[in-house]
Amino acid sequence: MNQRPDLDTAHIAATDTPLAAAAIAAAAGSAVAKSPAPPKQTSVFAHARYVISENPVTGLAFGLFLLISVCAIFGPWIAPYDPLASNTMAALQPPSAKHWFGTDQLGRDILSRVMVAARLDMFIAVASVALVFALGGLSGTAAGFFGGWTDRIVGRIADTIMAFPLFVLAMGIVAALGNTVTNIVIATAIINFPLYARVARAEANVRREAGFVQAARLSGNGELRILLTQILPNIMPIMVVQMSLTMGYAILNAAGLSFIGLGVRPPTPEWGIMVAEGAAFIVSGEWWIAFFPGAALMLAVFCFNLLGDGLRDIVDPQRRT
Amino acid sequence: MTAPTLLDVRDLTVEFMTRRGVVKAVQHVNISVAKGETVGIVGESGSGKSVTSYAVMRILDRAGKIADGAITFSGIDVRDAPEKEMRDLRGREMSMIFQSPRTALNPIRKVGDQIGDVLLQHVQAQPSDVKEKAIEALRKVRIARPEERYHAYPFELSGGMCQRVVIALALACQPQLLIADEPTTGLDVTTQKAVMDLVVELTRERGMSTILITHDLGLAAAYCDKVVVMEKGKVVETAASATIFKSPQHAYTRKLMRATPRIGVSLRDLLPEDMPVPPPPVTDPAEEKLEDKSPLLVVSNLVKEYPRQGASGSLASFFRKKNELPEPATFRAVDGISFEIKRGESVGLVGESGCGKSTTSMMVMRLLDPTSGSVMFDGEDIGAIPAREFAKSAMRKRIQMVFQDPTESLNPRFTAMRAIADPILRMSDIKGSDAVRARCEELARQVGLPVELLDRFPHQLSGGQKARVGIARAIALSPELVILDEPTAALDVSVQAVVLNLLEDLKQKLGMSYLFVSHDLNVVRLLCDRVIVMRAGKIVEEGSAEAVMDRPKSDYTKELLAAIPHPPL
Repeated sequence: MNQRPDLDTAHIAATDTPLAAAAIAAAAGSAVAKSPAPPKQTSVFAHARYVISENPVTGLAFGLFLLISVCAIFGPWIAPYDPLASNTMAALQPPSAKHWFGTDQLGRDILSRVMVAARLDMFIAVASVALVFALGGLSGTAAGFFGGWTDRIVGRIADTIMAFPLFVLAMGIVAALGNTVTNIVIATAIINFPLYARVARAEANVRREAGFVQAARLSGNGELRILLTQILPNIMPIMVVQMSLTMGYAILNAAGLSFIGLGVRPPTPEWGIMVAEGAAFIVSGEWWIAFFPGAALMLAVFCFNLLGDGLRDIVDPQRRT
Repeated sequence: MTAPTLLDVRDLTVEFMTRRGVVKAVQHVNISVAKGETVGIVGESGSGKSVTSYAVMRILDRAGKIADGAITFSGIDVRDAPEKEMRDLRGREMSMIFQSPRTALNPIRKVGDQIGDVLLQHVQAQPSDVKEKAIEALRKVRIARPEERYHAYPFELSGGMCQRVVIALALACQPQLLIADEPTTGLDVTTQKAVMDLVVELTRERGMSTILITHDLGLAAAYCDKVVVMEKGKVVETAASATIFKSPQHAYTRKLMRATPRIGVSLRDLLPEDMPVPPPPVTDPAEEKLEDKSPLLVVSNLVKEYPRQGASGSLASFFRKKNELPEPATFRAVDGISFEIKRGESVGLVGESGCGKSTTSMMVMRLLDPTSGSVMFDGEDIGAIPAREFAKSAMRKRIQMVFQDPTESLNPRFTAMRAIADPILRMSDIKGSDAVRARCEELARQVGLPVELLDRFPHQLSGGQKARVGIARAIALSPELVILDEPTAALDVSVQAVVLNLLEDLKQKLGMSYLFVSHDLNVVRLLCDRVIVMRAGKIVEEGSAEAVMDRPKSDYTKELLAAIPHPPL
């Protein structure tokens, strides 16, 4: 039982990547196609540079994203200390030159723990967003495009999920399925489902009778093919923005679950647990234990929210005048 | 010109800051409008005619600024006047009618209240008498039963009615200058005539000046005292409308006039003088006779019904007044029409918006299922195949379509090449990317699209180029019947002339039949052998193009023809 969803996640994440890759390839393709053309057109990179220079906040968000990604990928190698090694001699030390972020009650280096935790938190966010994009995005697109029964079923599923307090629903799902990272991913994906389904449905619905869709019918495309080749690429920009926004939310959700003791278990470094562990020490003056992982969490969420706006400008070909 | 000058635009240059540097949208434009004069600004899209009028109202968006020149409106320097003074001026002294009446009105407010707002804003009415004055304003624009219409919301009114309300709004405060920016573009010819007659009459009555911005030379000629022709941000010619049409001085004016479809002109005459005219096709009359025998498309008793919303419910019948007759539960968009198209023939389907011509074309195209009736294509009843499954039918590639809006009909994420290749990949025997590419290039050459543009995205192409991509896609499979749904409605006249000629050439070369759906009788006459006039879902007249245009039998056709504004030639 525990194995299957894991497989599903992997499978869907795998099928999802070609889609994202296709979007990137389309964008890259446009850049290639444009290079021989008159100077009216710009490459993706030039466009990205333009967007960032127009909106420095986007640049900041990209910088933060890069930092988080480096921690997530290389965290275990670049962290100054072993994140699990306890040293009671050096417990509860405030930030110093030796331990930039201080140490916790077991003498573990907080900087190292915050860096290493980035990987787990990012994995949960990326996996759950990929899963919910595949489930919610596709079913929402289908609902908007086909209408009728598809629309009703998807709509009612979304309504049902929306009827619960979302965090409580996530708690319930993790409690029922078991306390694993996989189940956190599933729970986070499920509570984000209505958001994706509704955005995708609305976007697909307005394009349902668009001229280019009719033209595709005349070209002998079946309905399913139209959905995949005509509708989906056109709602990608808005979905990318949605993904970036929910990414922050997913990180917060995962940390929240860990904070109340569901999901990731100590001593695994994870921002939510670290905040939970440090919370008890704030009253006695050891603020750094909860502060630094909390700050990391805040910056990550902040970064993904800002990134959403910047990405929309880059992905949308209409903006690339 | 004895009347004093009301508006004087001197040497106006408007610049827009874009990411590619400064763009001069309008350069050194001189326009003067005397009191009581109607001036037409004519030009194709991008000529700067709207920007000029925005500069006069000083409602340019943030990126644009008046870089040079002076605008004087009854002694006030518009360029340097404080914003407060301009706010006062707009609406009270000069007002504007926009292109789309429906978007110019607030959709959730009663039209009467909207007029009342303007009256109150400019202290033309007191709260006690604002309703009466608003009703009076509605009456002046000839809205029937203004007391009832006062309470109507914009969506309850037709396009022409909405435009009348907008005119009432614009004239509510008795301004001295009215700027009408393409006031009739979205409207039918008969409505256009009614609206323009109204504008001219009301402004003459009050001694107002009017600036009419339009792309339609005929309209400008029919309603303006003076015409200003603009091209690429510059004024190329200014003259009284009587003289400008008799003896146009500038080459661009001549080109525009040539390209405007009008009576007594053939399709080839629309092209500029310097463009080579293709030789007339060598047709073997005997062969043609032989082909004429078999009709390609036979439509008989075609009906499309839509359920009327909210009419049939039990609640609706409960609330209905006792003596009111129950409305029929369905609405017949197409009401039992029959016609046929022979091989190699072009048939025009003409009518005003809502007459069912588009619904008919969608049913013939098999994108929409008819309620009843049959569509026989080459002896086979294609009406019986559900629209959803027709994409997989072998008949699909024999009927194709060119869409109304070239921009909307191209997927913004596909290159021109990919768009043209789509039907080839799906339904032809051509396989392999090189072969498909070769076929696309051949098609591009046929429709006159430079081959190097094939790798561009739709937003990098001009309107005319997009139209060519749409046509190339439609003829990619060598169809026998092509439905043209107002293929030039979104194009400038000079581009329209070229595209219409292209369609005619392609027809002769490839031997296709056309069903040309349009509201523009002038355009239909140029391209079609036969014309069908539709009204309210029924055919009111049918016959050869000359017969219908020169000797119309039904009153409706006569009315349609009379409403077309003609340049005095």
